[in-house]
Amino acid sequence: MRRHRLVNVLFVAPCVFAFAMNIIIPFGFGLYYSMTDWNGVSSDIHFVGLANFAGLFSSPDFIYSFIITVAYTAINIVLVNAVSFGLSLIVTSRIRGRNFLRAGFFIPYLIGGIVLGYIWQFIFNNALVAVGKSLSIAALQASFLSKPGTVIWIMSIVNTWQYAGYIMLIYVAAIQGIPASLMEAAEVDGASYPTRIFKILVPMMANAFTISLFLTLTTSFKQFDMNLTLTNGGPATRFMDTPIKASQLLAMNIFSTATANRMAEAQAKAVVLFVALVVVALLQVAANKKKEVEL
Amino acid sequence: MNGDASPVAALGSGSALPAGPASGRGPRLGRLLLGAFVILLFAFFMAPFAMVVLNSSKTSREIIFNAIALPESWGQLLTNVRLIFTNPTVDYLGAFWDSTVITFLSLVVIVLFSSMCAWVLVRNKTVWSAVLFMAFVAAMVIPFQVLMYPLVRWMRLIGDAIHFRLLGTVRGIVFSYLGFGCPLSIFIFHGFIKNIPYELEESATIDGCSQAKTFFLIVFPLLKPIIVTVLILNGIWIWNDYLLPLLVLGSNGVVQTIPIAVTAFAGAYLKQWDLILTSTLIAMLPIIVLYLFAQRYIIKGMVEGAIK
Repeated sequence: MRRHRLVNVLFVAPCVFAFAMNIIIPFGFGLYYSMTDWNGVSSDIHFVGLANFAGLFSSPDFIYSFIITVAYTAINIVLVNAVSFGLSLIVTSRIRGRNFLRAGFFIPYLIGGIVLGYIWQFIFNNALVAVGKSLSIAALQASFLSKPGTVIWIMSIVNTWQYAGYIMLIYVAAIQGIPASLMEAAEVDGASYPTRIFKILVPMMANAFTISLFLTLTTSFKQFDMNLTLTNGGPATRFMDTPIKASQLLAMNIFSTATANRMAEAQAKAVVLFVALVVVALLQVAANKKKEVEL
Repeated sequence: MNGDASPVAALGSGSALPAGPASGRGPRLGRLLLGAFVILLFAFFMAPFAMVVLNSSKTSREIIFNAIALPESWGQLLTNVRLIFTNPTVDYLGAFWDSTVITFLSLVVIVLFSSMCAWVLVRNKTVWSAVLFMAFVAAMVIPFQVLMYPLVRWMRLIGDAIHFRLLGTVRGIVFSYLGFGCPLSIFIFHGFIKNIPYELEESATIDGCSQAKTFFLIVFPLLKPIIVTVLILNGIWIWNDYLLPLLVLGSNGVVQTIPIAVTAFAGAYLKQWDLILTSTLIAMLPIIVLYLFAQRYIIKGMVEGAIK
């Protein structure tokens, strides 16, 4: 019995140790640093209470980043899920080459955010501008990435391109879980294609929609890599009479605050991001609980 | 597009959606329009890759002159690739090697230690195992942004205190990947092991098999399908990850990864798209080639990872 316990401890030890060293301890420090004047340089750190958090709510760049991150997330939820649902209908229909299409739509997901950010930056800043010039289309001759009003939308399009194939797979799995006889019966009864989709398929896929909704929500809220290499936060604009960067999402705002050696402030912003994600996670747990009751 | 004969066949081809507008009975014009739409859509998804290949085969001057024209000579692609690999400021070949080593070692330790941990947590119904499992699951909510700066400071403190460097080393980043990768991996293994009948292990124990042997000889081989899922989820993440290597290895340290090398290239050769795009092409090629060969497993793994 004693040897049994020793083996148990040895088996869990590597993960528990790595987990504690990389997550638990830094997390504790992280919460503490958010209430200090840590600047990343001096090791003389003082406790300042909630002063950093109080400062955030009068900081234009943070408020702006928070607002556009929420907007960006909302656009993504609609765009990514609509496109992936459409794709899942295409690749589960009887269309020729559906397996080839499914494989192709998924490829963008394999490309890292850093790499695809550069590729799309090139497309918007050079390729589309070249198309605009050779066809004399005025709207295309200035890059969409240089317009503060459209830049968030452009990022959502790129994000949709990256994630649609992945979310599509979740919908495909859900569609394949529905008995084919159900759809056939509805067809025999004369239900039109849209009726079959929205009255039978969609209600039966509720679980897949919940999963996809939360996946899109959390990934959009934490977006960083593509933001960095596609726009680097630009272009410049003004908010609350202060010059700020038009496409600087929350994660990037935290990053640039820390790069400016305002570590404690960055840490406080990160804690706000953490709290927002906890709220999302609790909502998800509640949504799953509700579904269990229904079943 | 060669239909069902396509070598890239994914999942089962069982379809629950008979008779969409694309099915045999729709009016001819409707089918034609839908086909055209699907082709356009697919072209939109593939266009960025075409742009990369097209412009990786041009000189900087050609790109500035016209970014969408065909290259004057496709041979320029090889020249650009050679320029990348022999570049004096960014050691791209080194980054390629380091990325491969880091991804490989991280996957080995994640699969091994997470499955061991998950097995003990499933087979021992104690308060401790429940608390540990809850801690792993809850930690998945924590965004990396809360941890990253304290982590670097903490690693530096340890390195100074016991003279064991974690920052800037392969062992340091592999250790971090174990820490950040194990919660999800343990969660996935946990769900799978729960459904393995205990009788199997019981009879092994009765036959005199030690606990460790029972795991490695009986349980571990049974985990094969779920190991594939864990490998794929973690592999795609680690290969493409940017922030953790940036913080642990630094932007110009001895050890580099591909995403860091690509940003270094873009930073050093501002707007020299011939070089930047060629470097992105080399960065994404291995993972796309791997995907074409192991597509069935990758898609299955992604779906299982998302639904759990």
